[in-house]
Amino acid sequence: MITRPYAASRRLLTLTDKLFEVNWGLMLLIGIIAGIGFAMLYSVAGASFSPWAGKQMAYFAVGLVLLIAAALADVRFWLGIAYPAYAVSLLLLVVVLFAGHSALGAQRWISVGPIEIQPSELMKIALILALARFLHGLSVEDVSKPLRLLIPFVMIAIPAFLVLKQPNLGTTIILVADGISLLFLAGLSWWWIGPAIGAVATAVPLAWQFFLHDYQKQRVMTFLNPASDALGAGWNITQAKIAIGSGGLTGKGFLQGSQSRLNFLPEKHSDFIVTNYAEEFGFVGSIALLLLFAVVIGYGVQIAMSARSQFGRLVAMGLTLNFFFYILINGAMVMGLIPVVGIPMPLLSYGGTAMLSVMFGFGILMSVHVHRQVEIPRHSGGII
Amino acid sequence: MPIFDSKDKSRYETFTRRTLLVSGGMTAVFALLGGRLYQLQIEDGALYHTAAEDNRVNERLVAPPRGRILDRFAVELANNRRNYRVLLVAEQASSGTEQALDSIARVIQLSDQQKKRVLHDLAINKRFVPVVVAENLSWDEFALINQHLPYLPGVQPDVGETRAYPYGPELSHLLGYVAPVSESDMASDDSDPLLDLPGFRIGKRGIEKQFDEQIRGEAGASRVEVNAYGRVIRELSSDAAKPGDDIYLTIDRELQHFTDQQMTGQSAACVVMDCQTGDVLALSSTPGFDPNLFNVGISNDQWKTLTTDDHKPLINKVLGGEYPPGSTFKPAMAMAAVQNGLGDLQVNCSGALQLGNNTFHCWAWKKGGHGHVDLKRGIAQSCDVFFYEVARRLGIDKMHDAAVTLGLGSRTGIEIPGERSGFIPNSEWKLEHLGIPWQVGDSLSAGIGQGYVLATPLQLCTLAARIASGKAVSPRVVHTLGNVAQPRLVPEALPFSDEAFEKVRAGMNAVTNEGGTAASYRITEVGLEMAGKTGTAQVRKISKEERASGVKKNGSLPWNLRDHGLFIGFAPVMQPRYACACITEHASDGHPQVVITRDVLRFAQQRNTLGLRTNYPQNAADAAVQTRRA
Repeated sequence: MITRPYAASRRLLTLTDKLFEVNWGLMLLIGIIAGIGFAMLYSVAGASFSPWAGKQMAYFAVGLVLLIAAALADVRFWLGIAYPAYAVSLLLLVVVLFAGHSALGAQRWISVGPIEIQPSELMKIALILALARFLHGLSVEDVSKPLRLLIPFVMIAIPAFLVLKQPNLGTTIILVADGISLLFLAGLSWWWIGPAIGAVATAVPLAWQFFLHDYQKQRVMTFLNPASDALGAGWNITQAKIAIGSGGLTGKGFLQGSQSRLNFLPEKHSDFIVTNYAEEFGFVGSIALLLLFAVVIGYGVQIAMSARSQFGRLVAMGLTLNFFFYILINGAMVMGLIPVVGIPMPLLSYGGTAMLSVMFGFGILMSVHVHRQVEIPRHSGGII
Repeated sequence: MPIFDSKDKSRYETFTRRTLLVSGGMTAVFALLGGRLYQLQIEDGALYHTAAEDNRVNERLVAPPRGRILDRFAVELANNRRNYRVLLVAEQASSGTEQALDSIARVIQLSDQQKKRVLHDLAINKRFVPVVVAENLSWDEFALINQHLPYLPGVQPDVGETRAYPYGPELSHLLGYVAPVSESDMASDDSDPLLDLPGFRIGKRGIEKQFDEQIRGEAGASRVEVNAYGRVIRELSSDAAKPGDDIYLTIDRELQHFTDQQMTGQSAACVVMDCQTGDVLALSSTPGFDPNLFNVGISNDQWKTLTTDDHKPLINKVLGGEYPPGSTFKPAMAMAAVQNGLGDLQVNCSGALQLGNNTFHCWAWKKGGHGHVDLKRGIAQSCDVFFYEVARRLGIDKMHDAAVTLGLGSRTGIEIPGERSGFIPNSEWKLEHLGIPWQVGDSLSAGIGQGYVLATPLQLCTLAARIASGKAVSPRVVHTLGNVAQPRLVPEALPFSDEAFEKVRAGMNAVTNEGGTAASYRITEVGLEMAGKTGTAQVRKISKEERASGVKKNGSLPWNLRDHGLFIGFAPVMQPRYACACITEHASDGHPQVVITRDVLRFAQQRNTLGLRTNYPQNAADAAVQTRRA
């Protein structure tokens, strides 16, 4: 079956069909993980729904609506708005540099009425959509052509640079990782990949010298030797490791995590929420959580593989990898494997923007799933 | 151009291949994270568990209540009183700390200096740490604070414990005092963790210092859970502190008080003991100081006054003052004389004794001397010439041996720190330390308690007690420590003949009761009569010229050049029970020291201190009897 009647791809799904097609197993998993997050936020607040758990549930509820809405939207709709979304996100990134207000030394937020927007979160999804759309139009051979390749690189580099300027190293890393992953999946030649690795190896010392802020360098240095500054910048890493390690095999029990309850854990409700989980539920609980995440990712891979359109495949895999990079960076960070970069654990860490952004991502993933049978020609502009 | 072609197929295959590759990578990463979890939670779990407990659990010391010090009738001489305090917690002071202090100042007195100190303390402490605003409040002030509490946010009334000395200065030298731990205390080998406790007090002088470890008790511990900022969340467990031991002294507080009263205004020392056992009944050195000052915190001015006063209020003169005993040394020499066959010595005193080129004067030289003098008259009239002759015949070494046997020349071993040993010279010592052979003239000076001879009032009291009882009694002041009576040896008989004791006691009786030097100060009450020996110690050399032109009267000399007045005595004469020694520094005119001794000995007998039932702990009294039988 090399070709299919074009009409087949245009088969219209009714709303009921679509709801039926939603992957409820994945939905259940997302719910379970978010539930764990509520429990942890309840725990770190000293067995209280305020100030975090209650709000987080509300965010999740909004996120759920967003997810369903996104899932029901046709995958070609996402193809259609990919470039405009990218352009708007880019514009907001520029705006935030000049008009944004800062939190913890970084300009990341802009206010639109009562809503606080973090353009970098929008950009993550917009970049995946835009790259997927661009690559959707290329054959494997085209992908590795230098001139063709220049475009996705610029598409990645501009937002990455803007986010780095905020400064927000964590999100920059994820943007770049997402972009390169998509190029790789689209069939970027190994002839490019090999030299690129070499180039990165050269660029890291240069970046250290010219681009990293002092606080970022400090983070790296204390990461390499946390004990050198156990009461200063190394405090986060040391206390996080103590929290995780002291959980032991089965943990101290729900609400019994002394590290967070007694405020030894920094950012216990946001970036370091999983340390509390690991402390209270131990190795057994942590492995179980890791498996839950693995299954979610497995769902994502399976959705990508079963999608019929290259756009759908790339978007699904891009979003799955995006989700994966969050887990990787946050997990490695709290366990002291990499320096502290401000990346939350998806679905678990407190935060409205992060929650909505993750749920929105899952919504588009779900849209790919729902519309997995939809075939899209290479030159389609999508439907808006 | 077909919509879907082979190019689509090839990129689908590539995508599938690379997705599988990426999935493999993701699996590997998850395995890595799992491995790290294993490392942290299983391999190093115990280590991190300990670290978390260290974070969480804070051991806090609980100070034990300090043991009391009581007298022989269980009167509390040092105890612990409630310390009413007012604390302020910054974070609870809703209207600000300065406002809170002003509010407190409207209820109780609060100086600007205090306010400044409190604000400083508040500034250097975390906002939840209670800071002491005022302490040692009266009950009325404390009640007032409690009454206004609803209008004083952040203010916490608190009841602590502090050392108290209800009788103030009169027992200051005996009991000593407690004060905050100093740097040097920290450096000592005392490793008690209590020393690190903020505000902890330890004994610095007297009984408080000597028995500090026993009175101190043992720290309790309270394990508390703290958060990252050090705030106590809750108590996990606690071990009660072990209170310090009570100490029962042999002192009679009433007698002590009376003795101290008699010495008012003098730089003086007086000690009374049971001459049969050595139990010290009163021990007073004036001037004293208020021991409560050191506990509460002594000011610079107060400290300066104490250290610069020429009456030396910080020195316990009873055992820390060494004086030439003067004529109070003569009974000891008389003992040596009788023991060495000079009991029937007769001397003619012409007012002076010529030895080579030197003339040794008798105190009565102006009157032309005492004439015919025997041992009894020699003591009664304190004839120097008689004792020059005794000394000349005995030689210093026999004199030394007798004096040492009677308790002079070495520490008595009383349980109070700071005791000095006094000094009794011998021929060997002089050659060794001064490089000059002993001269007969040295013996003559020593024979009347001058020259190299030094003694503490406590030693002189021991001398009196030993002559009175014939036993080798030594002073002691602690009867019971905790519930254990302190063992003591039954005093042995002294190696002097009965004749020696009888003759010397008869001489000392004559001093007061048969027209001797202290006849005007005798106790006239029948059955309470005292025997004794007067003494005067020069603190300056009288030159030949001065002697020729007339020795200056004490009254014409500055205070610190006047003679010391000394007296030793015991009573009642017939069956001695009480021995006493007294010195008044630079005061001998009118014999205030004899007056003090007489009044103290009369008071002790009339009160019947030794006849009253003691109130030591019951089981301790039993134990004491057993020790004595053994």
